[in-house]
Amino acid sequence: MICNGFVHKYGDHIDTDAIIPARMLNSFDPGFLAAHCMEDIDDAFTGRVKPGDIMVGGLNFGCGSSREHAPIALKASGISCVIAENFARIFFRNAINIGLPVMECPDAAKDAEMGDRIEADLDTGVIKNLTKGKSYTAVPFPAFMQEIIAAGGLVAHTKAKIKSE
Amino acid sequence: MAMTMTQKILAVKAGKDAVAEGELIECGLDLVFGNEITAPVAIDEFYKMGVKGVFDQSKIALMPDHFTPNKDIAAAGLAKKMKEFAREMGIVHYFEVGRVGIEHAFLPEKGLIRPGDAIIGADSHTCTHGALGAFATGVGSTDMAAAMATGKAWFKVPEAIKVVIKGEKRPHVSGKDIILHLIGRLGVDGARYRSLEFTGNIGALTMDDRFTISNMAIEAGAKNGIFPVDAATIAYVKAHGGDVGVTYAADPDAVYTEEVVIDLDTMPITVAFPHLPENAHSIEDTEKMEIRIDQVVIGSCTNGRISDMRAAAEILKGHRVAEHVRCIIIPATQEIWKQCVNDGLMNIFVDAGAAVSTPTCGPCLGGHMGVLAEGEKCVSTTNRNFVGRMGHVGSEVYLASPAVAAASAVKGFICGPTSVL
Repeated sequence: MICNGFVHKYGDHIDTDAIIPARMLNSFDPGFLAAHCMEDIDDAFTGRVKPGDIMVGGLNFGCGSSREHAPIALKASGISCVIAENFARIFFRNAINIGLPVMECPDAAKDAEMGDRIEADLDTGVIKNLTKGKSYTAVPFPAFMQEIIAAGGLVAHTKAKIKSE
Repeated sequence: MAMTMTQKILAVKAGKDAVAEGELIECGLDLVFGNEITAPVAIDEFYKMGVKGVFDQSKIALMPDHFTPNKDIAAAGLAKKMKEFAREMGIVHYFEVGRVGIEHAFLPEKGLIRPGDAIIGADSHTCTHGALGAFATGVGSTDMAAAMATGKAWFKVPEAIKVVIKGEKRPHVSGKDIILHLIGRLGVDGARYRSLEFTGNIGALTMDDRFTISNMAIEAGAKNGIFPVDAATIAYVKAHGGDVGVTYAADPDAVYTEEVVIDLDTMPITVAFPHLPENAHSIEDTEKMEIRIDQVVIGSCTNGRISDMRAAAEILKGHRVAEHVRCIIIPATQEIWKQCVNDGLMNIFVDAGAAVSTPTCGPCLGGHMGVLAEGEKCVSTTNRNFVGRMGHVGSEVYLASPAVAAASAVKGFICGPTSVL
C-alpha cells in the first residue's frame, strides 16, 4: 500500500492530550474526535488536513495516556500514515491494532517540513520526500506485526485466530 | 540465561523456560481491566470478534472513575454502556460509584493484584501495580478487547534499567519526589519500551511510596516499573485480603542497559515544571521564583492514598488556604475517604478551607471537579503537566508531592513544607 500526501510536521514528545484533549473523551465517535484533533497545539490542523495527508513527528510520538481515541482521531482526520523518529509504546501498539500505519524513520522525520509532499510505501518501507527529492527506508516491522497489519488490525487478526482454533 | 524480574514473570506466563530481550511472546493474563473512557471502545471491538463471552468472568475488572460521578450526558452514556456490558457478561469485578475508587488505588486495596501476576489495563497508569511485584502495563482499548476474549496479549520482551535506592528518606521526601527526580534524570523517553526495575534499600520506601513511583514509570516512557517482593509487600497483600501469589526475583547476573542510583540521603524535594514531567527542579530553587498559584489539587492514582492525605493534613492542620487559592482534595477510594473521616483529617481539610471531593480522576485530565481557566497556575499531585492537561491551553500545571501541594496552598506560592511548619 502506498500513502501519498502533504506533511503536517510537529516536534518531539507529541502527547495524546495534544492529539485529542481528554475533555473530548466523553465520546469516541471518530467524526467528533477528528473535529477536535490537534486543536490544543495547532488550531489550523482540522481546516488544513486533507484525506491521505501524512503526519510527521519527532521523538516519542504519542506519549502519555493509553487513549485509543488518539490514533482514531488521526485516522478519522484523513491521516494515512504517521512517520516519526520513534514512537511511545502504547501509541505504537494502538496504531497497529486499529490499522493506522506508522513508520519509524529518524532521517525522514527530521528532514520533512510542513507542506512537503511524501510518498510512503508501507510494504517496502521506502519513504520518498517528493518535495526534497530524497529517499529513506523505515525500520521494518517484525513478521508478527506484519500479520496483524495484513489482517487489518488486531480484532480481525484475533477473530481469524479464534475461528481457526 | 540470566533474566530480569520482568522477564522471569513474562517467561512463566508465556509457558517458556526463558525469554530474551526483543522476543515477541504471547502471555496468559491474570487480570484485564478498564474504565468508563477506555472500556466502551473495547466493548464495541469485543463484539466484532464474534465470541459468545469473556475468557474468565472473574479475571476482568471494570471501574467507572474518570468522568464520574457522571459529569455530563455523554459521559453518563459511556458509564451506562460499561455497566450494561458487565451485567451481560457476568463480570464479577464491576464496581459502581459509591463502592469504587480510582482504579490504580482501588484494585490493590481490594486485594485483586497478586505478586507475580501478568496484568494489562486500558489505562497508561496500569504500571502502578508493579509496586506489588506484578508485571503490569497499560494498553489501548483494542488490546483490552482481544484480551477479554482470549485471556492473552502479545508483548515484546523489554530490556531493563536498574534503579538502585540508597540511603534513607530525608524529612518530607516522598515517593513522588523520588519519581519526579528520576524522570528529571532519565527524561520523558529515557525508559521508552524498557522496564524500570527498582532495587537496593527498598525497605526505606513505604508501600504508598512504591505505588507512586511505579505509577509514574510511564512518564519516563517505561513499559512497567517493578519492585521486588519483600515483607512489606506480603504484609500489604495480606492486610487487604489478597493472595500472596508467586515471588519472582531478578537473577543476580541479569543484564541491564543502564543503572541509575537514587541517593535518598541527598535527594531534594522535587517539583516538575510545565509542560513535561521531566522538567524537575529542587524545592529550594523553586521557592526562589515565588510562583503565585490559583489552585491546588491533592489526589489521583498517583497521590490519593491515605499516607498522601495524612501528609497534606499534617501541613494544613491549624492553617488556612491562602485567600486567592482553591484547594481541592480527592481521596482516591471510598475506603480512604472513610479513613479520612475516622482519623479526623476531614475536619482539618474543611477547617483549612479546602474542598473535598468524592473519588474521581476528574481534574487530573481536565475532566471536571477543578478545571483550570486561561492563565491559571496549579500545583497538583497528579502525574502529567502537558499543555492543556487540566484545562485551558494557557494554564500551567506544576507536579509535586502532597506535602508541597499543601504548603503551597497555605502560602499561595510554590513552597516546601518547612515554609509552613
